[in-house]
Amino acid sequence: MRIALFVTCLNDALFPRAGIATVTVLERLGHTVSFPQAQSCCGQMHANTGYAAPARTLERLTEQAFAGHDVIVSPSGSCVAHLRAHTSLPVYELSELLIDVLGVTDVGATFPHRVTYHPTCHGLRVLRLADRPETLLRAVRGLELIDLPEADQCCGFGGTFALKNSDVSAAMVTDKCRNATATGADYLAAADNSCLSHIGGALARHPAAPTPIHYAEILASTGPAS
Amino acid sequence: MSRELPIVAGEAFAEAARRELGDAQLRANLGRATRTIRDKRARVVAEVPDWEALRDRAAAVKDDVIARLPKLLTQFEQAVTAAGATVHHARDAAQANAIVTELVRAEQADQVVKIKSMATQEIGLNEALEAAGITPIETDLAELIVQLADDTPSHILVPAIHYNRSQIRELFARRMPGFTAASDEPAVLAGAAREYLRRTFLAAKVAVCGANFAVAETGSLVIVESEGNGRMCLTLPETLIAVVGVEKLLPRFADLGDFLRLLPRSSTGERMNPYTSIFTGVTPGDGPRRLHVVLLDNGRTTVAQDPVGRAALRCIRCSACLNVCPVYERAGGHAYGSVYPGPIGAILSPQLTGQDAGFNRTLPYASTLCGACYDVCPVKINIPEILIHLRQTGPKPAAERAAMASLSWVMRDRRRWRLALRAARTGSAPLRALTRRRGGTLHRAPWPLSAWTRHRDAPLPAAETFRDWWRRTHES
Repeated sequence: MRIALFVTCLNDALFPRAGIATVTVLERLGHTVSFPQAQSCCGQMHANTGYAAPARTLERLTEQAFAGHDVIVSPSGSCVAHLRAHTSLPVYELSELLIDVLGVTDVGATFPHRVTYHPTCHGLRVLRLADRPETLLRAVRGLELIDLPEADQCCGFGGTFALKNSDVSAAMVTDKCRNATATGADYLAAADNSCLSHIGGALARHPAAPTPIHYAEILASTGPAS
Repeated sequence: MSRELPIVAGEAFAEAARRELGDAQLRANLGRATRTIRDKRARVVAEVPDWEALRDRAAAVKDDVIARLPKLLTQFEQAVTAAGATVHHARDAAQANAIVTELVRAEQADQVVKIKSMATQEIGLNEALEAAGITPIETDLAELIVQLADDTPSHILVPAIHYNRSQIRELFARRMPGFTAASDEPAVLAGAAREYLRRTFLAAKVAVCGANFAVAETGSLVIVESEGNGRMCLTLPETLIAVVGVEKLLPRFADLGDFLRLLPRSSTGERMNPYTSIFTGVTPGDGPRRLHVVLLDNGRTTVAQDPVGRAALRCIRCSACLNVCPVYERAGGHAYGSVYPGPIGAILSPQLTGQDAGFNRTLPYASTLCGACYDVCPVKINIPEILIHLRQTGPKPAAERAAMASLSWVMRDRRRWRLALRAARTGSAPLRALTRRRGGTLHRAPWPLSAWTRHRDAPLPAAETFRDWWRRTHES
């Protein structure tokens, strides 16, 4: 199948490994991935911060960049949710594409580590990903999936919320870090690098905390993490 | 004028929240209490197989009310007048307070008993009555606690959620006439309050209430409560004054069924509330001899004009959204600076007052848009959507406006975006080298990024952007 990748602005600039992993998984399964160069941002950040006009411009440009593509994948739950609400693009979060469209749960990955999964809010309550990401992770060889206590609780990122309401945000991520650390996992996985940069940034200040990782990187992995 | 209203925040949410976060006891109380209620709610909602259909129907009924407000108000007024009540119209808080004060004066009463009512809190009725020399006495136990403490409620349903029982015993000993109990056992405290309130009920000539629902078809008012104090207020005094927000209407008596199933499960996590009073006008020999209904607008018809924001008028004040909100759980109700706290408050207060009132413009930002509130709302108010709508229509700081404009200018051009990514990558190279040993994240950054690094490390641009990797691996 021909699949177009919407990598997201954040992944492009800060977390390219999530995009690379998405390409790796899909190519390993025999699919052809394309990367329309005209893409940048879906407009979510502007819209949620209160800037409707630039958000609409970016939504329209994203629509144009992906015109003619029948299947679009993105390794970001919140960006997929935004595009689904504001454009007519056929865009899927990675786990939706793999399970619902491609009918795959075992992507041929190996990751011999203890992993806990945080279902980010947009994945959980907007896209209703349910246990799709965990289903994919359970099929990974060597991986031990550990339940995250109070998993459905928001990590406190919320885009500019993390800056505007920094203290409440910190109180929330402190609880998330405590729960993540209590699992004893080596890695904390999620489907959104925006939330992960927030949780990961806080985990970096916790002793014995799990390492943040986008779950696409686990699905792309074929051996122990380096 | 609206500045003094108890729905106008006196300081920015972030500042108020920072102060409240410092109170460890409050955070422990709130965390425990909200978790208990939300678990209880989840259990009893799971028992109802047609819960989603109930929500859909209730939302549709409320939308119909909002769309036909003037017509239904006229219908209600005719029905309740025919049943012997007198209807008054209040455009705003000041008018409503003046009407109620005059009505109490006409009865030559210097004291009124009150049933817990958000509408009367919204307009600051107690303060207005006190200023007129009339003593209002709250008869809901938690409201009584808050009133005796000269405090403000911190939750719609559990207004004294921020007190523990030893604080309450101490408060009763100081402020409740005739209180002698030495124990802080809940049953003992409740017993003492009951004795005090019994004396008050028997002496009361005038009662003030709100309404959970007002039925246009029959002119009936409905009050849902747990303690029986409402039943006392509705039956003992000779005069009853109901202050009712115009959005409380339901078109038909038959609509009540769905709402009486939705409300207790959503609010207290009970299958059914202990007391539901439905009364229509006055009945000779039974209950009050005079019933006054004050229909309160106070911004509601303005909110009804906003095609996105008006869904907030569906709210039945159950407070389920407060109990699931991670922001409310940490910051507490007082941080919102309004009698309407939590997610519903963040969309209701700024809409009722306009976003330029006090610091109400900061309330739509008091959310991560996590969506937990929307999931539990019994009338399906899409709170995240309205929060974003209010952010988009509200005032914004000039520096942020400029930053967002330049960012979108870069992002909307493929060449500029690629150059910006390159510049960020190149510019951050020294920082990447410096931080490599500790995982390549930034521990401290200058303003405005310091708001981020105060609590968490910041990521740095990657050594190779995704599009450069793509070009290197897929286009050569």
